[in-house]
Amino acid sequence: MILGLLPLAAGSASVLGRPPGDSKGRIGYLPQRRSFDTGTRIRGVDLVQLGLDGARWGIPLPGAPSRRRDAARVHEVIELVGATGYARQPIGELSGGEQQRLLIAQALVRRPKLLLLDEPLDSLDLSNQAAVAALIRRICEEEQVAVLLVAHDINPILGYLDRVIYLAGGGAIEGSPEDVITSGTLSRLYGAPIEVLRASDGRLVVVGQPEAPFVHGDRHG
Amino acid sequence: MVEAAIFQGLSWNPVTDLRELFTYPFMVNALEAGTIVAVMAGVTGWFMVLRRQTFAGHTLSVIAFPGAAAASLAGVPLAVGYFGFCGLGALALAGIAGSRRSLSAESAAIGSLQALALALGFLFVSLYHGVLNGVDSLLFGTFLGITSGQVAVLLVVATAAVSLVAIAARPLFFASVDAEVARAGGVPVRLLGFGFLLVLGLSVAETSQITGALLVFALLVTPAATAHQLTPRPLLGIALSISLALAVTWLGLALAYFSIYPVGFYITSLSFGVYVLVRGGRALRSRRRATAGLALEAA
Repeated sequence: MILGLLPLAAGSASVLGRPPGDSKGRIGYLPQRRSFDTGTRIRGVDLVQLGLDGARWGIPLPGAPSRRRDAARVHEVIELVGATGYARQPIGELSGGEQQRLLIAQALVRRPKLLLLDEPLDSLDLSNQAAVAALIRRICEEEQVAVLLVAHDINPILGYLDRVIYLAGGGAIEGSPEDVITSGTLSRLYGAPIEVLRASDGRLVVVGQPEAPFVHGDRHG
Repeated sequence: MVEAAIFQGLSWNPVTDLRELFTYPFMVNALEAGTIVAVMAGVTGWFMVLRRQTFAGHTLSVIAFPGAAAASLAGVPLAVGYFGFCGLGALALAGIAGSRRSLSAESAAIGSLQALALALGFLFVSLYHGVLNGVDSLLFGTFLGITSGQVAVLLVVATAAVSLVAIAARPLFFASVDAEVARAGGVPVRLLGFGFLLVLGLSVAETSQITGALLVFALLVTPAATAHQLTPRPLLGIALSISLALAVTWLGLALAYFSIYPVGFYITSLSFGVYVLVRGGRALRSRRRATAGLALEAA
C-alpha cells in the first residue's frame, strides 16, 4: 500500500508528502525473507546493483561515467553493511545472515528516505538476529533514513525502537515503546496474559505472546 | 577403417577440408543459419535457464513439431508453421504462468500442453499419408536445403529478438532473480514474463529449423546451463553461452558434412560433452576445497 501496489480500501494516504506510488525511488523495500537456494548462481554485488539500475531499460555503455558512479555506490553500500568479503560469491552459497545483509544493501543503494523491512530477522539464528538488528539501527542513523519494519518476535529489536504499533485481535496500539510495551497494555490488547520483564542490563523482554503481533518502529532522521 | 567409413570425403588436411566446407552454397547457407541461430539461442537460453523455464522452453520446442507438420500438410513454408505454432504456444504458456496457480499445477498444465502438441504433430503427419519422409528431419534437424531466403528471415527474426532482450536486459534480469522487489521498484514483471516467452517461442522456432524440434535443447539449454555453471557474472555468462553455442554449431555442421551421421546428433553430443566436463570439473573443485577446509580445521 505504501509502495502504491495495493489500492486503499478507504480513506487517504500520503507517503513522504506524496500519494503512494509516486515516491517509489525514495523507498527501499525488503520483502519477507526470500532465500536463495544453493544453486542460485548470482553474485551478491549484481543483486545490489539491480537495486540501483534494475528498472532501467537498455544496456549501459561500458566505461560510461554513470556506470563508474553506480559501481562506486554499490561498493560503498556493501561496505556499509559489512558484506565486502563475500559480495562477489554466488549468493546461494552464503549463509542466511550474509544474504540478508546483501539484501539490505540492495534496498539501501538508491539512498531511500524510507526503508520498509518485512520480517528482516526471520529465519536468522540468534547472533545474526542481534547483529542485523544493530546494523539496521546504525544504518538508520548514518544514512538518515526512516525504517519501518514488521516483526513478530519483538525481543531482538526492542532496544532499537522509537515508536511501536501493536496489531492484534482487530485492535492496535501505537506509541513509544515505554508506553506501549507494558504487561498491562499488551495483556489488554491480546486478551491474554503477557509479561514484560526487565533484564538485569535494563533491556525489556516480552514473554507469553499468544499470536504474532505487528510491530512498527521508526525513526526520522 | 572405421573413420574412413564414417567420415567420407575428409582429406584429414585441415586447410583443404575447411576450404571444401565453404565450396557449396548449401553449406555456406547452413553455416550462416547456424551462426544466427547459435547467437540467438545463446542469449535467450541464458535467460531461460536463469528463469527456470527450461520445461516451458522444451514444451515450445515440442509445439514446433506440429507447427512444421501442419505447414507441410498445408503446403506453406515450414517457417510459417514453426513461427505460428510457437507464437501460439508462448501465448498459452503465458496464460498458464499468469493464472498464478501453484508451481506444481503450472508444470502439470505445461506437460498436458506438451502431450497435446505431440499428438497433433502425429495427426498431421498421418494426414499427410506417409509421403512426409522428412519426419525425422522435422524432429531431429537437417542442414540440407537451407535457402538464402530462409537465412534472411532467420537474420531478421534473430536481430529483432536479440535487440528486444538487450533493451529489456536489466529489468528482465531483475524480474528473473528477484520478482517481488523488482515489482516494488516499478518493473513490469508480468509483461516482461509474457514478452520473454514470446521471444523464447521465436528462438525455439528458429532453432528448430536447424536442430529439429526435439534437439532444440542442444543449443538453447546446454550451452546456457554450462555458462551458468562456469560463471555467476551476467555479461560474461551470456558471452560464454553464445560462444559455446557457436562452437558446437560450427563443429557439429563440419562433422556432419564430412560424415554419415546427422547434424543434430553432433551438436547435441558436443554440447552435452562440454556440460558434463564443466559440471565434473566443478564438483571436483568443490570437493578439493572441502577436503582442504577439513585439513585446515584438523591442523
